[in-house]
Amino acid sequence: MTKPHSHRRLPRIGDAPIFRRTLLALVLFFVAVIIVAPLTVIGVHAFSKGLPYFAAAIAEPDTRHAIMLTVLTALIAVPINTAFGIAAAWAITKHDFPGRRLLLILIEIPFSVSPIVAGVSYLFVYGLQGLFGPALEAADLKIMFALPGIVLASMFVTAPFVARELIPLMQAQGRDLEEAATSLGASGWRTFLTVTLPNIKWALLYGVVLCNSRVMGEFGAVSVVSGNIRGQTNTLPLHIELLYHDYDAVGSFAAASILATLAIVTLIVKVVLERQGAGRRNRPASLAGNDSLSEVKP
Amino acid sequence: MKRRVLPGLPLSLGITLVYAAIIIVLPLIALVFKAASLGPADYWRIVSSDRAVASYVVTVSCALAATLFNLVFGMALAWVLVRYRFPGRRIVDALVDLPFALPTAVAGISLTTLFAVNGWFGGPLSTLGIKVAYTPLGIMIAMAFTSLPFVVRTVQPVLEELDPALEEAAQTLGGSDLSIFTRVVLPLLTPALLAGVSLSFARSLGEFGAIIFIAGNQPFETEITALLAFIRLEEYDYPASAAIASVMLIAAFVMLAVTNIMQARALRYTVRN
Repeated sequence: MTKPHSHRRLPRIGDAPIFRRTLLALVLFFVAVIIVAPLTVIGVHAFSKGLPYFAAAIAEPDTRHAIMLTVLTALIAVPINTAFGIAAAWAITKHDFPGRRLLLILIEIPFSVSPIVAGVSYLFVYGLQGLFGPALEAADLKIMFALPGIVLASMFVTAPFVARELIPLMQAQGRDLEEAATSLGASGWRTFLTVTLPNIKWALLYGVVLCNSRVMGEFGAVSVVSGNIRGQTNTLPLHIELLYHDYDAVGSFAAASILATLAIVTLIVKVVLERQGAGRRNRPASLAGNDSLSEVKP
Repeated sequence: MKRRVLPGLPLSLGITLVYAAIIIVLPLIALVFKAASLGPADYWRIVSSDRAVASYVVTVSCALAATLFNLVFGMALAWVLVRYRFPGRRIVDALVDLPFALPTAVAGISLTTLFAVNGWFGGPLSTLGIKVAYTPLGIMIAMAFTSLPFVVRTVQPVLEELDPALEEAAQTLGGSDLSIFTRVVLPLLTPALLAGVSLSFARSLGEFGAIIFIAGNQPFETEITALLAFIRLEEYDYPASAAIASVMLIAAFVMLAVTNIMQARALRYTVRN
């Protein structure tokens, strides 16, 4: 162990060896119990009957279908949310208009709303009991208990993800560069693509990665709107629940191991992007959860 | 009034408003509309029914316990990450975000497996007479897991920026470590701690996926409010589901206001330092 503070005249508080070792041991014990063990148990159970059994569980048609549906949902929801995040950030940080603060709060609402409430709310828009339900039924358009409902619920839950990464950054970067570019005759699109985008690319990617991770893993909201039809509207997280309640432990943990791997990859990409200057680490006063509100003050 | 120089406001604001209206506002209005269609008497009867009230008690008390745990553990974890150097520190730092990255259903089945009576932790704990899975304790653990990063990530940056001179000054004046911590360091961390705690509590109130696997879901004992809204839906009792969901929505808006006030305070404090 290194002693970075050895040059100091006084040891900082909490640096007494006994206290330090005890606290470190306690914290690492809890990290092992609360964070490492849940991750480990997934792998152990997924491979508890060997690799061939794991491979067979993954290759099972309903599981494969669930994987495809989850990927498809992400392929639709993430790009749309990304476009929304960029548009919202551009409008809010590069312009002045009344109600900016209100718009910020509006964008952040999905963070505060329980996924279950989100799912139930969507049912009351597009479900048979909902606002548009009868009209949709008459037109033979199926939104609830089908792909569109799953995509819509996923978009609600992740609506703030890209915007909240871009807004604080673009706010801090100001408007000087864009104003210079347009005054030299560049169009709005050209200004965005050649001036703004290079400055925000890492934060944008950061937001996209987190958005994707949440879309692929969303459970509560999707579980209300999907109808849980095996092999049809079951996304991967829902399929994990189904297998688990079927007492197919290996199957559910094998499916869970895919999402756990995605989580680990997401964490690694996150660390890499944070080194490039993205994310909360590089916004000292920011807060982990929903921080753009407190950062952007008119 | 500043002259608008940059192009793209109508397009970007238009996209933002239309998207926010369709994706965020419309569903929530539909929910409120549905709940309001009940009329005050029926609404009150549903949201104040014994089973609903029991679910509020379970949800709020477990969320409070989980938040209290995260306050202490999150503070300790942030302290260790900022103040101490030890092998694997960066890995632990990255792992703190795992609860946000790991899908809640995955967290649910793995926590349940760990804490069931035949699990790695459930086994030893049950010999001590402590049952976790299918009890309120299980709900607390699931809530604590899913909201773990909040306190760590709000306190960590403040702790990093803390001026060592403040501690040194207190030390030269003869303060003990404990009194310096409680009287110098802790007051400076309090706004960040409160912000983290309110985010953590808000998240715990709305959590669903991780909890339903471990909770046992017995009405009046281990049934959270989110599950009750879900059950009413599966029973095709849509108005009841809307009413209960609307209570959660109101709670969410109250917490949104609280977290924003807390965060604004935390930010003001950090900036001033």
